[in-house]
Amino acid sequence: MRRLGHAGRIGVAWLVSSAVGMTLVAVYLAPYLPPGTASKEADGQRFDNEVLTLVCIPIVALVLVYFAYVLIVFRARGDRTAEGPPIRGNVRVQTAWIAGTTVTVLFLAAFGTYELLGGAGGGQGANPVFVPSASAATDPPLQVQVIGQQWQFTYRYPSEGGFESAELVLPVGREIELHVTSLDVIHSFWAPSLGVKADANPGVDNVAYVTPTRVGRFALRCAELCGLFHGYMFDTGRVLTAGAFAAWVARERAFVAPVTRYLPPYATTYLPEPAFRAG
Amino acid sequence: MSAVRRLLGFNLLTGIVLGVGGLYLGWYGGHWLVDGLGAKSLGYFGDTDQNDVSLFLAYIVGVIGFLVGLGFANYPLARLRGYPPSLREKEGDGIGRYFGLSTDHKVVGMQYFVGIGLFFFIAGLNAMLIRFELLRPQPNVWPAGNYLTLVTEHGTMMMGMMTSGILGPFANYLLPLMIGARRMAFPRIEALTFWLLMAAGAILLSGWFFGGIPTGWTGYEPLNDQANLGMDAYIMFFALVGLSMTLLGLNMLATVITMRAPGMTWTRLPVFVWGVISTAILMVLAAPVLIGVLTMAGLDRTVQTGYFVPAQGGSGYLFEDLFWFFGHPEVYILALPGFGIVLELMAVFARKPVWGYRLAVAGMLGVTLLSFTVWQHHLFVSGINADLRPFYMLSTELISIPTGFIFVCAMGTLWRGRITYSVPMLFCLAWVFNFLFGGLTGIFNSDTPSDVTTHGSFFTMAHFHYTIMGGLIFTFFAAIYYWLPKMSGYMLNERLGKIHFWTMFVAFNATFGPLFALGFEGMPRRVVTYPSSLQGLNDFVSASAFVLGLSMLVFLVNLVYSQLFAKVPAGANPWGSKSLEFQLPSPVPVHDFDRIPEIVGDPYGYGVPGSAVARPVPLPAGAGGQP
Repeated sequence: MRRLGHAGRIGVAWLVSSAVGMTLVAVYLAPYLPPGTASKEADGQRFDNEVLTLVCIPIVALVLVYFAYVLIVFRARGDRTAEGPPIRGNVRVQTAWIAGTTVTVLFLAAFGTYELLGGAGGGQGANPVFVPSASAATDPPLQVQVIGQQWQFTYRYPSEGGFESAELVLPVGREIELHVTSLDVIHSFWAPSLGVKADANPGVDNVAYVTPTRVGRFALRCAELCGLFHGYMFDTGRVLTAGAFAAWVARERAFVAPVTRYLPPYATTYLPEPAFRAG
Repeated sequence: MSAVRRLLGFNLLTGIVLGVGGLYLGWYGGHWLVDGLGAKSLGYFGDTDQNDVSLFLAYIVGVIGFLVGLGFANYPLARLRGYPPSLREKEGDGIGRYFGLSTDHKVVGMQYFVGIGLFFFIAGLNAMLIRFELLRPQPNVWPAGNYLTLVTEHGTMMMGMMTSGILGPFANYLLPLMIGARRMAFPRIEALTFWLLMAAGAILLSGWFFGGIPTGWTGYEPLNDQANLGMDAYIMFFALVGLSMTLLGLNMLATVITMRAPGMTWTRLPVFVWGVISTAILMVLAAPVLIGVLTMAGLDRTVQTGYFVPAQGGSGYLFEDLFWFFGHPEVYILALPGFGIVLELMAVFARKPVWGYRLAVAGMLGVTLLSFTVWQHHLFVSGINADLRPFYMLSTELISIPTGFIFVCAMGTLWRGRITYSVPMLFCLAWVFNFLFGGLTGIFNSDTPSDVTTHGSFFTMAHFHYTIMGGLIFTFFAAIYYWLPKMSGYMLNERLGKIHFWTMFVAFNATFGPLFALGFEGMPRRVVTYPSSLQGLNDFVSASAFVLGLSMLVFLVNLVYSQLFAKVPAGANPWGSKSLEFQLPSPVPVHDFDRIPEIVGDPYGYGVPGSAVARPVPLPAGAGGQP
């Protein structure tokens, strides 16, 4: 076998470390990547994170292997003032590098766009562009309004008589259309395990889609600095089976009916009080 | 007599006296305007109970008083009275030149070094206090309001002051030397940028006295409008920083364009100068937007214009858009000088020319250009119109192509070199490691679906600390270890430098690495409480952060010990560099070059016997240091 040169040895080490790294990531890390699998959107993001991590592994391996090799092999020995060869560039290497990075970047952008088309759980404003394909007329999404204010969220169910709840309860397996808005400053509704985040702007209806796939509790909190008690603006919500959800709605709706009467009519946006400044 | 005159002349002392006087004048003047004029007062505008007007006036009049006290009005007034033009002020020897308006670019560079260093340490101390609070999931040290003010002071001061972290001390000092000039193009503006920055820093700190600043460094509306008086300190600070940045950038560009020595063609410029050029372009084009948006926010707060107040027909999105139109170029203002330093120093310590010089320049200019097209990736979940999201995802990811140029140039520069591991080189190598992870995690942030989780979380916080602290601060220290001997004439201690480097590098990664995991676990930025399940990681991060803080103390000890006590002379060229500034004696004489040299080659003639950058070699015969 021909003895490998510097570049050959780096290449082999790179290929081996990339293969090992990618295998380890795909087998051991990928299933546990956030945000998990508690909703369709979360699983989509998890897959997205998996692909991005896999793409990153060879890049990390290339740079680390290269530097480790070069720093050891080409360290100065003996005369520390001696100068290296005056190599000023290499057109082939430069061209290959530019081509390689460009292809990688374009692939990532195309892949990200493809993943985005299904909605991906992010807030999209009043006129959503990336709507999940499942939202057919047969099973219209359940609308839930998330109203942020300093410093808590309130939830309103317009299709159920517009009652308000201090707790977010969602049915499993059904597409939820969240309408996020605010009464004062900018908040951000974030349910990490459901993979949904949408800023709550006063006077703006910010729509985000999520389809929970697992029954249980989930954490939610404000993710945009909203003033003094931003750090306390967190809560837990529940995902129930369809039957349990219907029962909860009926019970809750009857329980808060005396209050619901006095609520302002349902609107997709609210504006803050004109003179709301503190101090 | 002369001592008294010196004390009462135009210097820092008179500047402070007139500045404080101006503060009071503006404050009471504002109160008179708002409350003292009866029915005709500004009280007409309503909601002036906080009297933001008087605080803004206090800041503005105070800054003007400070500048007049420093002597910035003397020259224009003298010209008005018919005196002939002069370029020189406080150019001479003596410690006094550091405490006032000096038109010597080397004095301004040293002033920047100390001034920026001071605020860097204050902001770093804020970070220590933040991590102290996060040792426990529940608030234990700071009330929520003080915690937010700490976060804001840390973030704003770092993002504001450190924009000039490398251009201030090092470009001001070295750029004329590198291009063969005796001064910057606008020496008084050069001094002005520094003193504006110092006034701005004091103003930001004064926010503590006016109820704190609750918004973080982004200052989002309408929280900005809702906040108490301390917010005015933020607005005034950032506007002054924007002004300073714009002027600094203009000065740098004008100097490079007009003042290069004969023979200093564009392709012979040191690659660090290209880093400065691209940064300066960003400063000139982006910082005015910041001044504009903060003026609008200030008007909202004082005379109720309502640009950003939804209830009055304004829009918070307008603020977000304008802020990030500045804010994203801003992060490249922080990162680009580092690119230049890494390549510049790697060439010296690998004893080889910069590999792919033109590619490196193209990389920096490419980043400069692209950085203006990406700002909405900060608003992926904001509810802004979603049509353009694929575009912003693409444009953001495209930036990794020119950034990759810098990586491949660094890799090529080391290839077959004779690499020595001096402290500056170690910091540059750390840049490679840090910026690699900072850049790759940026892909997660730029990818819209993935950003839904990472946006506004500790993941994003870790990402930009990897790029800005790992990119800027590490190269900042590389520059200090590399160029301070040239500036002061004394070497920094190598052993302490290595201790500093290794503690800083390890502690930095131990601090910010786990933050990626915390962000993925659902911990948002800027919260004073967090789930108790995350306490273990947070405590580890805090402990590492304290070690990181201690490593800065090692640096301080090194600085004081080596510059004030050990005083090991550096000689003209301690690193065997071929660059023009190292052909001058250390410290550099007041008038830099006896004769403007003629440039005959680029500063990377390594491996070519007899190569020289300039003719005649500016160094006096026999004054050469050890190689």
